[in-house]
Amino acid sequence: MIEQIVFYFFGGVLLLSASMVVIMRNPIHSALLLVLSFFASAAIWLLLQAEFLAITLVLVYVGAVMVLFLFVVMMLDINLVTVREGFTRFLPVGITVAVLMVAAMGLVVSSDYFMSDTYMVIKSIGPDYSNTKELGLILYTQYLYQFEIAGAILLVAIIAAISLSMSKSKVNKSISSEEQVIVKKTDRLRVIEMKAESNIQSKKI
Amino acid sequence: MITLPEVLSLAALLFCISIAGIFLNRKNVIILLMCIELMLLSVNMNFIAFSHFLDDIHGQIFVFFILTVAAAESAIGLAILVVMFRNKGSINIDDLNSMKG
Repeated sequence: MIEQIVFYFFGGVLLLSASMVVIMRNPIHSALLLVLSFFASAAIWLLLQAEFLAITLVLVYVGAVMVLFLFVVMMLDINLVTVREGFTRFLPVGITVAVLMVAAMGLVVSSDYFMSDTYMVIKSIGPDYSNTKELGLILYTQYLYQFEIAGAILLVAIIAAISLSMSKSKVNKSISSEEQVIVKKTDRLRVIEMKAESNIQSKKI
Repeated sequence: MITLPEVLSLAALLFCISIAGIFLNRKNVIILLMCIELMLLSVNMNFIAFSHFLDDIHGQIFVFFILTVAAAESAIGLAILVVMFRNKGSINIDDLNSMKG
């Protein structure tokens, strides 16, 4: 009973904050409400006994990704008037699509298949059960290659983000390998004709 | 006890809200990125619900990888957004029509 109360409370918070993210006028408010919805869903994940992922959601998403979002929102000087253009124009289309998808998904979810007793498994979890240990045991054995690919994806993301946002100004001392390859001797080297200064040499002697 | 249809319908409602958000905020790339994050969150919630009710931990592994890819996607998306704002002076999607696609 208490589980259901907690679930419905956080589910309500999640849906409310998600819809406020969509309809808020100011992107900063949207980002902060997105943080709230991540917190609510982390609570629901805790209820579903995915403790490690709930903590990861709070640490990685709220701690890193949403801070990045807030940085970008505050760094850009956004004209709020033009951003809101077309909100009412697309309102009927958006609501129609959303209602249609709710109806379709409701038909799928409310079918007898998901009501069956196969999904009523009650885990026998002792007090010494560790979700993190279970995840680690399977992640570093069976899913090792996939784990390494995930690391490679993160590395590619770092390189892409840095190279995209690096400015091409004079302050930047990065070298262009293209220019280095196509350069000719005449571009860099200039031979100057001038008289040998023999007078100075003879005076010193 | 929470049942599976409750969690599934919560995730479905969250997904539909973010679909509606993509339709409504056609002018603002930042809100579009946030809506994509919400979609990935609802998909993750489905994975975790099935992982819980089928007593199978592989679903949680999948959520782990989705979180990785989502973090990479939002980082690259925000970098593209910053470059777009630097070049165009706005974050309106309608300004991205130089390829006439």
